[in-house]
Amino acid sequence: MPKPAKPGPQPGNPSELIIDGEILPNQWRLLAQTAAGESPDIPAAGKVILPLRQWQAQRRALTARSDEIGVWLDSDEGAESIGAAAAQCPLIAVHFPAFADGRGFTTGRLLRERFGFKGELRAVGGFMRDQLTYLRRCGFNAYAFEGDEPLASLHDSLHDFSDSYQAGVDQPLPLFRRRL
Amino acid sequence: MYRYDDRDRAILNDRVAQFRGQTQRYLAGELSEEQFLVLRLQNGLYIQRLAPMLRIAVPYGLLNSTQLRRLARISRDYDKGYAHFTTRQNLQFNWPHLEDVPDILAELAEVEMHAVQTSGNCIRNTTSDPFAGIAPDEIADPRPYCELIRQWSSFHPEFAFLPRKFKIAVSGSQQDRAAIRVHDIGVQITKRDSDLGFQILVGGGQGRTPVIAETIRDFLPEADLLPYLEAIVRVYNRLGRRDNKYKARIKILVKALGPEEFGRRVEEEWQQGKDGAEKLTPQALQWARSFFTAPAYKTFDGSASEAALQQQAEGDRAFARWLERNTYCHRVAGYRAIKLSTKPTGVPPGDVTDRQLDAIADLADAFSFGEARVTHDQNVVLADVEQGRLYALWQQARQHGFATPNIGTLTDMICCPGGDYCSLANAKSIPVAEAIQRRFDDMDYLYDLGDLNLNISGCMNACGHHHVGHIGILGVDKKGQEFYQIQLGGSAANDASLARVLGPSFSRAEVPEVIGKILDLYVQQRRTAESFLDTYKRIGLQPFKESVYAKAG
Repeated sequence: MPKPAKPGPQPGNPSELIIDGEILPNQWRLLAQTAAGESPDIPAAGKVILPLRQWQAQRRALTARSDEIGVWLDSDEGAESIGAAAAQCPLIAVHFPAFADGRGFTTGRLLRERFGFKGELRAVGGFMRDQLTYLRRCGFNAYAFEGDEPLASLHDSLHDFSDSYQAGVDQPLPLFRRRL
Repeated sequence: MYRYDDRDRAILNDRVAQFRGQTQRYLAGELSEEQFLVLRLQNGLYIQRLAPMLRIAVPYGLLNSTQLRRLARISRDYDKGYAHFTTRQNLQFNWPHLEDVPDILAELAEVEMHAVQTSGNCIRNTTSDPFAGIAPDEIADPRPYCELIRQWSSFHPEFAFLPRKFKIAVSGSQQDRAAIRVHDIGVQITKRDSDLGFQILVGGGQGRTPVIAETIRDFLPEADLLPYLEAIVRVYNRLGRRDNKYKARIKILVKALGPEEFGRRVEEEWQQGKDGAEKLTPQALQWARSFFTAPAYKTFDGSASEAALQQQAEGDRAFARWLERNTYCHRVAGYRAIKLSTKPTGVPPGDVTDRQLDAIADLADAFSFGEARVTHDQNVVLADVEQGRLYALWQQARQHGFATPNIGTLTDMICCPGGDYCSLANAKSIPVAEAIQRRFDDMDYLYDLGDLNLNISGCMNACGHHHVGHIGILGVDKKGQEFYQIQLGGSAANDASLARVLGPSFSRAEVPEVIGKILDLYVQQRRTAESFLDTYKRIGLQPFKESVYAKAG
């Protein structure tokens, strides 16, 4: 699908988020996409999450800071746009511009299962609480929730289901293999 | 049939609890309309013209008598004593209260039923052949695969927010009775040498852009079913359009890329996950098959039992008619499958009362090992009836209004709920069905016409499958008034084809007369034993057009 001319809604960067089941302060600064051709001002120090295009352009120049350079993918930017380089990334964020846009679930799963990504996989944007189980099962371990509900109340939704039929990042064997 | 174990029960109970919580949050104002809409749709809950509508999943149409009795009770306790069988082998309640839905789901869970993914942009209930397991032309029973697909697709974390709804149908027979060519994925069981496998068709569908599916793989080995389906849905999830809901179905993607390129991408994706965890092991296949074994059939002398039946038929013309139209060959000697017709004149096609649901349960218990199947044409099949007991069954079915001997004829029409219930509809469809049933009430005439599918939809979403009716009727809105477009020549079977529009639309009052003219021309033009569809294919649309639109005098 062609990329829309105008940038869509940009992911937010809340001050707290759920990481590995705990509510923690957000230590990363997520930079919004800029218009085509421009480069954002990258802070001289600290952990920063770059839009894919800037990350591709500048990651070699930033090799010395590789532990504090993450990348975020828009919903039409698939896992292969990072590919094998994912294995060296400390953090990849996947943007859900709307909760109904489910492309990010596939992106998360492929980053984990196909490209060997081991770092923090962060969901950003307009996902909703009722998707947390699905996100977790697709390999996300961090959730930068932008809704109004207090983070503490979201915790239970990570485990809406105690078991699952099909394989996922959290459970490599489908139920039909575990039953026998 | 498939029976739940503790793990299925745990998953389903988790779902009931989850939906109860979501409903409470919505009622408390914590969930927006927009958010709750998506959540409730994935649980089959619509807000319709008159009330909410709850669509219950009937996986591949199979029900046992306990489940039927529970559905009867739910329709009594929570609804107005009615239920509706749909073309996707599901069942709908039209008047539940939103606040009661979690309790309804809890009642369903007790009998191993649910409303999971009966709507929404996710993988819907998988459909199949209502004669699965008993059809003489069956290559292999599709139900074990359907159940494996049900489990794989239920709460699939990657595919719960697809660009649009996604429908899979599986056929295990030579004759396609599951309309696989008008599904997002059609799975045809096939054999190569002695190995079982699947022909995979993709990109069929109805709605406002009807398309016949294309084959992207002639033979997929049996073990590869789930990884291959996963590859198809993954390609679709990534590339399907999300900017326009009318262009978001997989059929549009397959058309845009071309079936070869789409298939190539699927193969490429599949190669990556081909030998992954979802690959079916021999043990898994054996386990899935173990739920669909033959019941304890008795041994009969087929010819003696056939002769006895013929004698009964000769003595009772009404029974003979029913025998001819409403019963089907069985692979086991001395048995037949029967269809209970939900289409007597004046009853909305597919509608049953709570008492009728109980009656189906009783008939299933008494005559067919306690099981029944919902069909794609909105009737009910009892699959395993002893020939020697057909007469008794017919008498009981008649008492409950199920023995109208019209199966496969003009009056056994597929019909959506239309403008009487559905908020999407442009026009009513139930009164059109009734007007046609009233006008063509002469059984001898209907039998003379032979097999004829008439399908009615109240809008272009095509829930009544008008595109694939031999005769299709589509309700359209013209400046706030209801009109009906007539289409001819569709088929959902092996020779799947899309109907063509006859010409300008008609008022509701004109429809029976127009159908009459079409049938008159068929009767004039047909060759010996030629079906309506075959005559249409031979002579084309034009003579029908001329006959229908000819100026009087």
